[in-house]
Amino acid sequence: MRKDYKLEKRKYIIGGFIILIAIIYGIRLFDLQLNDERYKKSADSNAFLKKTVYPSRGLMYDRNGELVVFNQPAYDVMLIPRDVQPFDTLDFCETLHITPDQLRKRFADMRDKRLNPGYSSYTPQKLITQLSTQDYGRLQEKLYRFPGFFIQKRILRQYNYATAANVLGNLREVSANDIDKDDYYSPGDYTGDLGVERSYEPYLRGVKGMEVLIRDARGRIQGRYEGGAHDIEPISGRDLTLSIDVKLQQYAESLMVGKRGAIVAIEPHTGEILCLVSSPSYDPRLLVGRPRGQNYKMLTQDESLPLFDRALGGAYPPGSTFKPTQGLIFLQEGIITTSTTYPCYHGYINGGLRVGCHSHGSPLPLKPALQTSCNAYFCWGFKNMIDRRSKYGSSANAFEIWKKHLVSMGYGYALGVDLPHESRGFLPNAKFYNKFYGEGHWSANTVISVAIGQGEILATPLQIANLAATIANRGWFITPHAVKAIQDTVMPAEMLERRRPTIDEKWYPDIAEGMRMAVTGGTCRRAAIPGIDVAGKTGTAQNPHGKDHSAFMGFAPFDDPKIAVAVYVENGGFGAVFGVPIGSLVMEKYLTDSISPSRKYMETQMLNTTLTYAKPKR
Amino acid sequence: MQNQRDSSPSVFRHLDWVTVFIYLAMVIAGVVSIYAASYDFDNASMFSFDEFSGKQIRWIGLGLILGFIVLLTDSRIYDTYAYPIYIIFLVILLITPFIAHDIKGSKSWISLGPMSLQPAEFAKVATALALAKLFSGYNFVLNARPINYVKALLIIFTPIILILLQNETGSALAYMALFFVLYREGMSGLILFAAAFAVVIFVVAVKFTDLSMMGVPSGEFAIMIMIMLIMIVMTFLYDRRLELPRNLVIWFGGVLLIVWILGSLCGISLPGMAIMIGMIVIAAAYVAVEAIKRHRPQLFVPVVTAVLSVGFMFSVNFAFQQLQPHQQQRIRVVLGIEEDLRGAGYNVNQSKIAIGSGGLLGKGFLNGTQTKLKYVPEQHTDFIFCTIGEEEGFLGSIIIVALYLALILRVISIAERQPRPFGRVYAYCVASYFIFHFCINIGMVIGLCPVIGIPLPFLSYGGSSLWGFTLLLFILLRIDSARKSYS
Repeated sequence: MRKDYKLEKRKYIIGGFIILIAIIYGIRLFDLQLNDERYKKSADSNAFLKKTVYPSRGLMYDRNGELVVFNQPAYDVMLIPRDVQPFDTLDFCETLHITPDQLRKRFADMRDKRLNPGYSSYTPQKLITQLSTQDYGRLQEKLYRFPGFFIQKRILRQYNYATAANVLGNLREVSANDIDKDDYYSPGDYTGDLGVERSYEPYLRGVKGMEVLIRDARGRIQGRYEGGAHDIEPISGRDLTLSIDVKLQQYAESLMVGKRGAIVAIEPHTGEILCLVSSPSYDPRLLVGRPRGQNYKMLTQDESLPLFDRALGGAYPPGSTFKPTQGLIFLQEGIITTSTTYPCYHGYINGGLRVGCHSHGSPLPLKPALQTSCNAYFCWGFKNMIDRRSKYGSSANAFEIWKKHLVSMGYGYALGVDLPHESRGFLPNAKFYNKFYGEGHWSANTVISVAIGQGEILATPLQIANLAATIANRGWFITPHAVKAIQDTVMPAEMLERRRPTIDEKWYPDIAEGMRMAVTGGTCRRAAIPGIDVAGKTGTAQNPHGKDHSAFMGFAPFDDPKIAVAVYVENGGFGAVFGVPIGSLVMEKYLTDSISPSRKYMETQMLNTTLTYAKPKR
Repeated sequence: MQNQRDSSPSVFRHLDWVTVFIYLAMVIAGVVSIYAASYDFDNASMFSFDEFSGKQIRWIGLGLILGFIVLLTDSRIYDTYAYPIYIIFLVILLITPFIAHDIKGSKSWISLGPMSLQPAEFAKVATALALAKLFSGYNFVLNARPINYVKALLIIFTPIILILLQNETGSALAYMALFFVLYREGMSGLILFAAAFAVVIFVVAVKFTDLSMMGVPSGEFAIMIMIMLIMIVMTFLYDRRLELPRNLVIWFGGVLLIVWILGSLCGISLPGMAIMIGMIVIAAAYVAVEAIKRHRPQLFVPVVTAVLSVGFMFSVNFAFQQLQPHQQQRIRVVLGIEEDLRGAGYNVNQSKIAIGSGGLLGKGFLNGTQTKLKYVPEQHTDFIFCTIGEEEGFLGSIIIVALYLALILRVISIAERQPRPFGRVYAYCVASYFIFHFCINIGMVIGLCPVIGIPLPFLSYGGSSLWGFTLLLFILLRIDSARKSYS
């Protein structure tokens, strides 16, 4: 085959090209490695220390601008194991007031891959956490004697008030799981745990910065690399304004001292939570700093479950506070009109079944039924609805419609409050009863207790308060939320939108009036506040484990509601005993900033009563 | 034409052992560097299969078996089955994105039992075989008919498009290196030159936008100076007479001198951009008039080059300004122009520091701190050269560069001794891939090229790239060892 010699010459061009490239690369390597001392200097053995600069975490203010949560610096002793050279252990221990044995143990723990999965001898490791300011000062002076060691500044929380621990939450060290899920975290970082600290973590934490420091061959820090040209400034977290009124929260907590339960107060027209009390509570300062681990353990082992937020997480039978929902559903479904009356001869007696009631006039229409909290009235209504085959076809169908209305009022599912660990409560559906009793083998009478908020129904105090807010607004609510504003950011739209239950607004005034009558001349008379029109509804929830729970929900002022409240006191007995006085005191305190003299006795009584609780059997 | 039995034992008699030794030296250097790159204080041994180095040893062992098998095959099967192999790989490339897992946005890995392979690496072999097959057709001359170019470009660009669909831009770009093969087989050098110059114009125009020279952005200034120089050289090359280039030198030099004197000494600022464009346009017109007057049509080459270059420069800038700021930034970062502290720019800076700190003899095996501190990402794959630079110093780096140079030159010389175009073209394909990977990979690590994520053949960790390049090389060795069978 003939060769094309002209083209063959092109091998020299291609070969020449690659030789040229190799020469250029050779020159470049010469320049980088032999000529330019800059690289050698900047990378000399262990020249760089990249130190994370933690942003300041967002602060928290209450609704009146009171500073509630702020930051305090904390200092961790860090080291890069590979850079540590033999040092005066005794001097080190004396400086930090620890024993050599403790130091040895800390080193062993640090190297233990089980305790510290991120261990590497090349990367910064945490030796001692959260030095006191004095220890920090002493160590800082002597740091040059301990090559390989450095001090990392971090942010801890501090609290102006010993209150609202359940709302505020706290900080904890990140787990391996957190680090896997979110690139932001590295071992030793802190993240929000519980409360607003948890749910608003992305806003609060800010963005980390980085400082590039140069060290000499002995690991001593010589200053910033190129005058800080490679540093990255941290971006502070956003401040939050809570909807909580810290004074009200404190007052409400004091009323609950010695009792287990919850108080939730909401500003009806905004959905802002004014106070969210879970009792027993604890001082948020317990979970700060070095004692955190020990205190956390103590709180988790406490049988009264102080870390459990009963206001959002506790699912209780709502008892008679549930009756307004029934009135609304029956009106909406056309089962009753406002003038429909039902008889009550000390209870609901039908088909061999008897649901007891107390003495009051009979027969009676809706509003007096709410006023006197008549069990029979709502049982009759429920029966007339659930067993109305002519309208619904079957009890199961009727029950599903009944349930659908309740769901729209916020029951049975989490409301979507901006706090973690919200319980959804419990609403049975027809399927639940079909499984339990068999399809077609149950009717209104089988499940009659749900009509008065007993039986299978469970609701959180938050859901009950939300019902009070909905009635206060005469037919709508906004998802309750504990944060009112985020610095430089708009609130998520779902915290501003009005949600409308599937009940026509025209039915709400009647229910509200029924609740008003309960205060003026019914079960809630103790809720009356001089000069303010209060509406309310008591609840006395039977409970298989012991004495009845005492509950109350209400709102005030009647014509222009500023506060809606729900109170739940475990094993407190009749609603009127604890629920009504506590609920009305919270409303009065919020609306007038004081307690009228005629009601002082009630306040004293509530502040000083302690209930005893049996140890749980388990 | 003699056609003796192409039997296995004779393979080793004619095997190019130089290439084999270079290959072995490289893979061994690779294992050692991978071990160093992923070494940790409390790490297991180099040979542990849990470590990258141990895994790489396994890849190499299997790769050598693969190479050995290739040497035992009949050399003619590659010629005979070139197109079927190519088609099969196109199909595999086509279905890969649908069955691949998403790894960092790239859908190019398919799992085969315990291992994951990248078909794009193996398709290089298939494409080289197909191109060789095309050129070995009876009386095939690239420049004879335009359809030949269409066929060649089709063979090259089909895999490129399929690999781009897998989001593997780096691997796809490697196929562009096959233009070297077209050049060797007769494509005009002007095309390579034009492509290279277009890239230079784009990068320079986008990179240097600070106003510095006579009120002209320094990038544009540099490009226009380049255009002037290219005009001068081209007019000389195409005219072979000194008159025209001399006049151009006087014209360009004179005007620039006057403008510079007026600007810096007398403080009169002139519209620099307009003046420079005017100079080029007038020069182009002058050369064009001369070309017509003296009936030398080839003199239009510098004219067209100058006009197109200026036009391209402006369209690049214009198009670039139309983009959103964040898109502009992405292009700058991809081109390695803008230092993205957390992204590509950061890598290059760290990698330069690591290499630069190596000095003459390096810090010694396993003593590199920059790579150990994980400052350099991808240090056992794309940035493996960093570890060598830091631990083995200038000497080690130069040895690696020399090994590559030797390998590429050796492959070119093997190419030129092939009796048939099939062997020659295939060998040039092999050389082209090595040229591209060598230039881009080492270039990006030492901060001379934009960061394009492609491995350094035989050194970077990874089974697909190792096996792909091993196959590529051993098929060449097999074809070469049979060269005496034909003559």
